[in-house]
Amino acid sequence: MLNVLLCRAFCLQLERWSCILRSSEDNLKNLQPLLGGAYSKNQLSWTLQIKPSVFSEYRIMCFKSYSMTFACLNRMKSYRLPWTRLYSTSRTTVDSSEVKTFLALAHRWWDEQGVYAPLHSMNDLRVPFIRDNLLKTVADHQPGKPLSGMKILDVGCGGGLLTEPLGRLGASVIGIDPVDENIKTAQHHKSFDPVLDKRIEYRACSLEKIVEETAETFDAVVASEVVEHVLDLEMFIQCCCQVLKPGGSLFITTINKTQLSYALGIVFSEQIAGIVPKGTHTWEKFVSPEKLESILESNGLSVQTVAGMLYNPFSGYWRWSENTSLNYAAHALKSSMQKHPAPAEFALKEETEELRIETSTNSGVHEALKK
Amino acid sequence: MAARLARIRWGTAPAAARRGPLVSCRRWAGASSDTVYDVVVSGGGLVGAAMACALGYDIHFCDKKILLLEAGPKKVLGKLPETYSNRVSSISPGSATLLSSFGAWDHICNMRYRAFRRMQVWDACSEALIMFDKDNLDDMGCIVENNVIMHALTKQLEAVSDRVTVLYKSKAVSYTWPYPFSMADSSPWVHITLGDGSILQTKLLIGADGHNSGVRQAAGIQNVSWNYDQSAVVATLHLSEATENNVAWQRFLPSGPIALLPLSDTLSSLVWSTSHEHAAELVSMDEEKFVDAVNSAFWSDANHTDFIDSAGSMLQYAVAFLKPTKISARQLPPSVARVDARSRILFPLGLGHAAEYVRPRLALIGDAAHRVHPLAGQGANMGFGDISSLLHHLRTAAFNGKDLGSMSHLTAYETDRQRHNTALLAATDLLKRLYSTSATPLVLLRTWGLQATNAVSPLKEQIMAFASK
Repeated sequence: MLNVLLCRAFCLQLERWSCILRSSEDNLKNLQPLLGGAYSKNQLSWTLQIKPSVFSEYRIMCFKSYSMTFACLNRMKSYRLPWTRLYSTSRTTVDSSEVKTFLALAHRWWDEQGVYAPLHSMNDLRVPFIRDNLLKTVADHQPGKPLSGMKILDVGCGGGLLTEPLGRLGASVIGIDPVDENIKTAQHHKSFDPVLDKRIEYRACSLEKIVEETAETFDAVVASEVVEHVLDLEMFIQCCCQVLKPGGSLFITTINKTQLSYALGIVFSEQIAGIVPKGTHTWEKFVSPEKLESILESNGLSVQTVAGMLYNPFSGYWRWSENTSLNYAAHALKSSMQKHPAPAEFALKEETEELRIETSTNSGVHEALKK
Repeated sequence: MAARLARIRWGTAPAAARRGPLVSCRRWAGASSDTVYDVVVSGGGLVGAAMACALGYDIHFCDKKILLLEAGPKKVLGKLPETYSNRVSSISPGSATLLSSFGAWDHICNMRYRAFRRMQVWDACSEALIMFDKDNLDDMGCIVENNVIMHALTKQLEAVSDRVTVLYKSKAVSYTWPYPFSMADSSPWVHITLGDGSILQTKLLIGADGHNSGVRQAAGIQNVSWNYDQSAVVATLHLSEATENNVAWQRFLPSGPIALLPLSDTLSSLVWSTSHEHAAELVSMDEEKFVDAVNSAFWSDANHTDFIDSAGSMLQYAVAFLKPTKISARQLPPSVARVDARSRILFPLGLGHAAEYVRPRLALIGDAAHRVHPLAGQGANMGFGDISSLLHHLRTAAFNGKDLGSMSHLTAYETDRQRHNTALLAATDLLKRLYSTSATPLVLLRTWGLQATNAVSPLKEQIMAFASK
């Protein structure tokens, strides 16, 4: 049962994992050790790149068995790049095999019963979460399209699973994703709907790239199931903050860094099942709500809500929960007054941050002792 | 004629012109430039028109494109006709609430309807009877002519013509279903080809096209169905004398149930389910003989046997001993004086139930999903109940920004309604079978069953609550 749970949780992450893999043909040879299964730390440069067609096969293969899933996923994660390094390489032109790959991927994104089913059903929670929190900020709204007039940025939009519902609610949405194929899928899917086609714009680019041109543009920034794949979280949050209008909302959903996620994600798959070489885990990249809060607060975002989300792998539905130890959603507001934190203030914030982390680890120890 | 053609073509002609040059590039290249409807309702009968109305008046759909397809002409009554129509429906309080939610009930109130406060059901083979009434003076339901409901719905559709497009005299000739999920470059929408060759696209198709549903057949949905060995004869009857006339009467004859539903102080509507041969005979016999047949069907004791009578009265004594409070006394139905000329028609009866109510981008409502024997007067109410449920799920989906054709909420609708409808179908089918016999053991069983049910008021209240949804 744990196995199933774990697998579903990891399937979820796949949406964003594709973000870390770049398309390029000439680095295909780098993939060989990966597929061979031999693990060597310095065999690959930091700029691992995988041909998309190979990647898609690789991913399909991943779902053949749970053990394979963990083995593959954990290795893939170990080759992840720092967020900032992703966008430096130039892109190759589109060839026909790539188009085929994209079409093969397209139906995976939008198959409600497929591997992305948990992300589809997560919309039942995250769309009302975003909608209701945004509606608190406006006096009245049109019932047919409650979010009309709002500009939203969906960072790491993938196939557009969350972008489209927000567009349907009337918002004009920009979805960005560093992976061309995702953007193509998203673009293709919305092209059939004339209304969404006008309201949504997709771009295959990084957050950093659009920061300058879209400074203080958005009423809301949504980063759903993204931050656990970002190495430089500080910088990521800073960028989010920069593109927000004063008083704008930042919505984040992600996985917590807890003993439970450690037990399910790391101990079980590495020590017990022995399917992953030691030291390949990326549990470190999971983010605890306390840490996220401290980073948000230090960037001038005030945290409004942190709510736990639980997934029931049997019913396939999510529900809200007090318990934030696995998945959680957070809503933060950028202060309406424009201010750049003074150095003194900044230092003070860092101090409190350290304090927070200390207290959180302390409480963690207490909990462990109790158990 | 020219005007009609112009109306039919208005949405599609410019679109077709635009689509022309693009076709060669990609199969569904036209999809992005054409109108894509959010909801298309196929079938503009009572249930289909009410569905379109309900969507048109809901604030959550004010940004959506809704279309109603009706094969027949527009049905508005210029002036309320003097003679009552022979096709009537029993409207439960739940259905009336739905109709008033989008203003159609006001039109009905301004025209005509008849409320009934009591319902008496009794057996032709024994003294057993059951009396449903409400202690407070609430109505149990109303009898409304179908063309009055249709007129009200058409009026309300006219009032929201900016939101709901209605294509009269347009019939879908074929449907193209999308792949289970968006694949390659095929369109994800349902494509509907109309008789004139134009093609409509929709995110959600609602099939409300009756028990021979073309939508259901095109989707390949299995339908469990059988025909009863009965036909229903309907007619408008004049009573011998003016009465309060607020009781719905039904008597179970061995050949089938006969019901007298109030229309006015002096008029009642007849629904008589009987064997095909007898029904044909009833329709063709002269008026006086017909009236005699109706009166004797309500009054005759020919099917009684002494054994059943004494067994029935034994239980009656036992109940009276255990529960000395009053049991609603038997009332006598009014006698019929004559029948409206040319108001007699017959139609065959059957039962049907679709194995699935939903598919991706498809939902079935009303008779397309279920066909029921008229003995419980629930046919229209089940359809209106489907509308309430589907509307509730679609409204939530729209407010959550979901794709309206998504299975996740359509399945929720199916679960809701199948739970209710299968129970009702099974109950009416069981009643029909139980009362179609005069075999002594079964007559004894149903006599005692009916008497016991009549004596246990909480049970009766449950039944009434279920039927008035």
